[in-house]
Amino acid sequence: MKNIIRFILLILLQVWVLDKVSFDGFIIPYVYVLFVLLLPLNINKSLLLLIAFGTGLTIDFFENTLGLHAAALVLLAFFRPGIIHLFFPRLEFVSGEEPGIIKLGLGGFLKYSFSLVFIFQLVIVFLETFSFRHFLTSLWYVVLGTLVTVVFIVVTDLIFLPSKNKIRKR
Amino acid sequence: MRNLIIFIKRNQFFLLFLILEGISLFFVIHSYSYQRSVSFNAVNDFTGNILKTSGNISDYFLLSKINQQLLKENSKLHNQLSEKFGVNDTLSNKQDSNYTYIPAMVIRNTTNRHNNFILLNKGLKQGISKEMGVISDNGVAGIVIGVSENYSLVMSLLNSNAKISGRIKKNNQLVNVIWDENSPALGKVVDIPAHINLQPGDTVITSGNSFLFPAGMNIGTIVSYNKSENRGLNHAILKFSTDFNSLYFVYIIKNKMKKEEEKLLEENEK
Repeated sequence: MKNIIRFILLILLQVWVLDKVSFDGFIIPYVYVLFVLLLPLNINKSLLLLIAFGTGLTIDFFENTLGLHAAALVLLAFFRPGIIHLFFPRLEFVSGEEPGIIKLGLGGFLKYSFSLVFIFQLVIVFLETFSFRHFLTSLWYVVLGTLVTVVFIVVTDLIFLPSKNKIRKR
Repeated sequence: MRNLIIFIKRNQFFLLFLILEGISLFFVIHSYSYQRSVSFNAVNDFTGNILKTSGNISDYFLLSKINQQLLKENSKLHNQLSEKFGVNDTLSNKQDSNYTYIPAMVIRNTTNRHNNFILLNKGLKQGISKEMGVISDNGVAGIVIGVSENYSLVMSLLNSNAKISGRIKKNNQLVNVIWDENSPALGKVVDIPAHINLQPGDTVITSGNSFLFPAGMNIGTIVSYNKSENRGLNHAILKFSTDFNSLYFVYIIKNKMKKEEEKLLEENEK
């Protein structure tokens, strides 16, 4: 239930506000990725892929980029369990706990989100231009896009924090 | 058989990944041409309504800017009207009567993607259909590629699949105009024969060959022209007449004769 509300909020935030924000032309913060990043740690891996696919398609409908976000987000979801295992091999968690800032710490969360968002941006940029012609420029956009997205993700996660604590207390 | 099931179960995650990624890539590749995006895009009232909600709010803040644009256009039209009534107007009137202009508000417009689209608040109910031209008060803006009951989706000129048939005003040379994919203000004029010379400031207008736009609408003005020695066809950089960053209202062009003209062409080809 909490995830459904978060899904709707993040999608609306993306299409109402952030799509109109742009830095230096082609850089757009894709904050809605946070939804997939914050899915519970003990989620079934196949379910994770399906949710990522659905989320990506939803954004694609708004952006008229059929398949683009779905492809990028599915790849992100595919790497998510591996990245968590790589960075936090001895991470212990209870059922339903999320890999947010509270759980991983700010540094850990930065590592986690940066590497996954980088994969995501890589797919978005190169699939959108559909060529490696301007390889260096595109790579530059990937790096900048990743940085901007991660900053927005961290801020958004921090804003979500208090409500999360409330839910836990109940 | 049992081994196969075990194999699928063990690699369920990886196989599912391949399937989902395959579907996505199939969609992506299918949207990479003009013809395909016309037959294969998703505009619907649901996403339209959600996007309109935010459009309503920002509209309010943009009112004064929109008013100014409308005023400017009004005066331009008044001038044209007096010019036309000054001369014998039978010819020009006839030429224009094939086209109807339907005004529409821009709900959503992007300029910072590699494939940009414009969403308009007119749809099937107002008689909009696919492959109609869209112009701003200053010039060509895009082509309708999808319609729902109340909304229509326009492929902006700032789209890697958009290609407009144009004509250089001073010598009637036919050319094609595409986006240069770097700046929302600049386009590229391609297919210029080697013997043609262009100066910065030359105007490129619609050719009227595509039935989407009436002949003679502004597309843009030439900014720079580099003549290459080795190739037969040159290209030039052009500045679009339409300012895509402040696009609030547009006109959708309905060509009454389009079906007839296309039918004639088809018959001719047989």
